[in-house]
Amino acid sequence: MTLFKGAPAAPAGKSPSVLAGRPARAWAGFAAAAVALFALAPLALSDFRLGLLAKYLCTAMVAVGICLAWGRGGLLTLGQGVFFGLGGYAMAMHLKIADAGPGNLPDFMQLYGTASELPWWWRPFGNPLVALAATVLLPMAVAAVLGSFIFRRRVKGAYFAILSQALAAAFAIWLIGQQATTGGTNGLTDIQGFFGYDLDDPVNQRMVYFVIAAVLLLLIALVRQLIHSRYGELLVAVRDSEERVRFLGYDPANVKLVAYVVAAGTAGLAGALFVPAVGIISPAMIGIVPSIEFVIGAAVGGRASLAGAVLGAIGVAWAKTALSEEFPAAWTYFQGLLFIVALAFLPGGLVSLAGIVRRRRAAATALPSGGAA
Amino acid sequence: MSQLSGLEIRGLRVSFDGFTAVDGVDLDVAPGDLRFLIGPNGAGKTTLVDAVTGLVKAQGSVLFGGAELLGRSVHRIARSGIGRTFQTATVFEGLTVLQNLDIAAGAGRGMLTMLRRRKGVPEPVARALETVGLTDLAHSPAGTLAHGQKQWLEIGMLLVQDVRLLLLDEPVAGMSHDERQATGELLEHISEERTVVVIEHDMDFMRSFARSVSVLHAGRVLSEGTVAEVQADPRVQEVYLGHAAAGDAALGSAGPTLPDEPEPSGGTASGRTGAAVQEV
Repeated sequence: MTLFKGAPAAPAGKSPSVLAGRPARAWAGFAAAAVALFALAPLALSDFRLGLLAKYLCTAMVAVGICLAWGRGGLLTLGQGVFFGLGGYAMAMHLKIADAGPGNLPDFMQLYGTASELPWWWRPFGNPLVALAATVLLPMAVAAVLGSFIFRRRVKGAYFAILSQALAAAFAIWLIGQQATTGGTNGLTDIQGFFGYDLDDPVNQRMVYFVIAAVLLLLIALVRQLIHSRYGELLVAVRDSEERVRFLGYDPANVKLVAYVVAAGTAGLAGALFVPAVGIISPAMIGIVPSIEFVIGAAVGGRASLAGAVLGAIGVAWAKTALSEEFPAAWTYFQGLLFIVALAFLPGGLVSLAGIVRRRRAAATALPSGGAA
Repeated sequence: MSQLSGLEIRGLRVSFDGFTAVDGVDLDVAPGDLRFLIGPNGAGKTTLVDAVTGLVKAQGSVLFGGAELLGRSVHRIARSGIGRTFQTATVFEGLTVLQNLDIAAGAGRGMLTMLRRRKGVPEPVARALETVGLTDLAHSPAGTLAHGQKQWLEIGMLLVQDVRLLLLDEPVAGMSHDERQATGELLEHISEERTVVVIEHDMDFMRSFARSVSVLHAGRVLSEGTVAEVQADPRVQEVYLGHAAAGDAALGSAGPTLPDEPEPSGGTASGRTGAAVQEV
């Protein structure tokens, strides 16, 4: 059942490295990522491709949170779509109100709406600061409430995964049912402006890309600090032996809750920035399938490693675009296969390959001649 | 180390679906005692420890340093100064020895400390590493330790947790003779500052290191006293002979004078064994 518990009980050599922070390497990686995102990508990619990359980077933000919650905390969060959606809708609601202009209703409400004025729960999102704060705080608050119920009742493993997935389904279904106030299946579409900037202008699209890249790097730095803090060590301990942690005087529910809430915050931010990058948020982007896709990227790259989760998320999102352009029908199957293969044969993800090869080599050289390895 | 505290158990009763595992146990462990709990399989020893540490629900009363423990949650009982180990060593295998100890030391840490990186080796952790003899292995993953070393790491974790009562469930099971000797000496050392309760099946180990003994049988306390007193108790002999027909490791058949034959083993350990046996 490694699937649901991170990768515990693995022989020490195989378990995800939590042993060293290796700050020098981390700084080098961080610098390389910054150069790639801020210099190479804008130079090398067309506006269209850069826009796609912005979308992938949003997926990577979700993966940053998944790395913490699942990779480190063993919480298989199969419902990150909920938090992605909360952040996305919070942002989109504000942008729709702003697009409509003062006193007017957003376009879809004029089409389907029965009300002649903005629903009460839309109104706070008219304020840009409130909306911005809500993109992060709303998902975190929802995660805090849900999480404290779930973890105090000691729901874990597969049950936690199923529960979080059911939440994503429920949220998407609820949104679809509220055609008049959420746009239903269509979602909130055709978003024109981003805090006064016209999103049709490629220059502004580029700006959105840079904002997204900066936020991603910031989130990576933040979660990296968490992972290497004492809290991060405790989180791994909870993943590997929750009961033992309890006997040391900690409440594991609180430890898990922090990881869950942080992961919800990163997903919310990702959803919020996804909206100006893509111009739309709809139930199809936050339901079960996208929720699983968020997890697949992290699993393929390496869920316990930040670099692995981020690169995996970007890679899988890119592969989805590339392959579904060629073989639209086959992508879903391929994706499912990828997930199973990654979990069954490479629990540490692609980033663990290097280490495995290195150890194989070391073992082979350590053996006297002809030893079977 | 604040002050020594004792354990006072009155009328403790634990039932699972009609089966009574602990059936009205009264037990006093004096502050600073090194108490051994022995008894045949199913006597309720581990369940007793489970009840004291909040893992199973129980009726009766468990006072530690005058404060009632029953009804509190596991982590609160742990914070009130009670630590335990399990029959199978449970350390965090993916973390280093140092990280294991640092986590054990940290239940009282504030938010800010938790969110920062560990800098160096905290002083209590360094002391515990020294005490349990794992200083050289501080940066090894706990999963690579030998069985005995894992048990010592667990004891070290209780030390940095600064518990005043250690409840150890078969700490020397599966250990070599030398390791058992070292563990016994470690427990003697620890009990100078803390109260220690050990569940054990190894009678030689018990004879060598117990300061007092309680014999449990079928969920009740059958006998209590020094090793000699307990060994002389005919009821204890009967229980043990009844269970261990061959009488190999049986307490009653062994008798108080049977010397603990030191296996041919190195240096300091056997010297101390001799002394411990003579005390008995």
